[in-house]
Amino acid sequence: MKARARPGRNARGAARFAPGDAVRVAGRDALGHCRTPWYLRGKIGIIASVHGSFRDPESLAYHKPGLPAHVLYKVRFKQSAIWGAYKGPDSDQLEADIFEHWLELLDRANRE
Amino acid sequence: MREPKRKTLKRKGTGGRAAHDVGGLAFGRIDREEHDLALWEKRTDAMLRLLVTPGKRAFTVDGLRRVIEDYGQQEYDRTTYYEKWIRAVRNLVVEQEIVTRSEVEARMEEIGARYAKAGRRAPKGKIPW
Amino acid sequence: MHNDHDHGHPHGKDHDSGPVGAYEMLEEAVRTLLIERGVLTAQEIAASVDLMDSRSPALGAKVVARAWADPAFKKLLLADTRAALMRMGIDIGPAPEFATVENTARVHNVIVCTLCSCYPKMLLGIPPAWYKSLAYRSRTVADPRGVLAEFGVEIPSSVEVRVHDSTADLRYVVLPMRPKGTRGWSQDQLAAIVTRDCMIGTARCRVQ
Repeated sequence: MKARARPGRNARGAARFAPGDAVRVAGRDALGHCRTPWYLRGKIGIIASVHGSFRDPESLAYHKPGLPAHVLYKVRFKQSAIWGAYKGPDSDQLEADIFEHWLELLDRANRE
Repeated sequence: MREPKRKTLKRKGTGGRAAHDVGGLAFGRIDREEHDLALWEKRTDAMLRLLVTPGKRAFTVDGLRRVIEDYGQQEYDRTTYYEKWIRAVRNLVVEQEIVTRSEVEARMEEIGARYAKAGRRAPKGKIPW
Repeated sequence: MHNDHDHGHPHGKDHDSGPVGAYEMLEEAVRTLLIERGVLTAQEIAASVDLMDSRSPALGAKVVARAWADPAFKKLLLADTRAALMRMGIDIGPAPEFATVENTARVHNVIVCTLCSCYPKMLLGIPPAWYKSLAYRSRTVADPRGVLAEFGVEIPSSVEVRVHDSTADLRYVVLPMRPKGTRGWSQDQLAAIVTRDCMIGTARCRVQ
């Protein structure tokens, strides 16, 4: 039931963000099933990589086809940016796979 | 081996956070005891894997997760992993009209009666829908 | 319909006597109804149980050992895990996708699924109960070093601890660092020191 485009292939042209872009996770409430965790809402990270297009799980969960497919990104966050009192070193990071419709662009990466 | 009775933990000050969305909360020490799976648990795993394949078109793993997420917090905390999933499979095959609710309940009665006849105690209460 | 014990499948829990659980009964109810409806057959359920029984950390350990011994294979594993596994005859099925993250002298990776318990089952088999626990799922993202300490692992502060929350249709496997003192080892010898927890990130491989 879950069909997806080849990783990166359809997405490269269609993806709004690229590796290195600074993004913020939307702060809105979810409507039903959602795979953007609460602890990341409103947090700022950077795009680590582009996974390609996937059907929308928020819609698939209710027996709908989940189309159009949305681009999925690996987003990297500094732990110190997520947690107010993170106990570890400032270099510690966290990555999560977040859909494009949950991300807002903050700043384009500098590209050569 | 019986699973230990699980506590539920009231999640204070969590705002709009759903019960399953636990990243960042502090649920205490990690119990690292390993358990073998019972056959019914392995079969649950097998059925859900089969039912989400494109050929079966029953439902998606997203649907299973959604049903589990809709359990109340207490129910979520108190049930084990496979208890959650077999209940979700039950609910989804009924939601998708593959079987009816009364068929499931009737079959549960038959199975209970068979166990009782064999001298084995079956639980009185129903698993909530 | 009689609940076959299906002695081909090793499993825990004696269910020939004593009280029967409601959920065990529910599994029988659902399974027998689905078989009667022609949605599933007993044979394909049994085959699927067998399939998952055949996937285990030992399989993952072989993959890690090969990656340590064969730089070209390692490169493929990191770039396209599905293709690398296929090359070893391991078919992970149509979905979900797999990805491998490499531990280095600078980064130590740890895998978790805070929202449910996503895990690379088609390579490593069924996850341990602790991986699915609320304690692991809740604490690993916020205090990974505290969780690692509980597992007896201490990562120097000069090394980044990087947590991967499996929130979508990718399953992550850690390629652990090859420990010192293994030069010249065969792949069998290497595989023998790769444990399940090394591939989740809650252990480091050690020469035993």
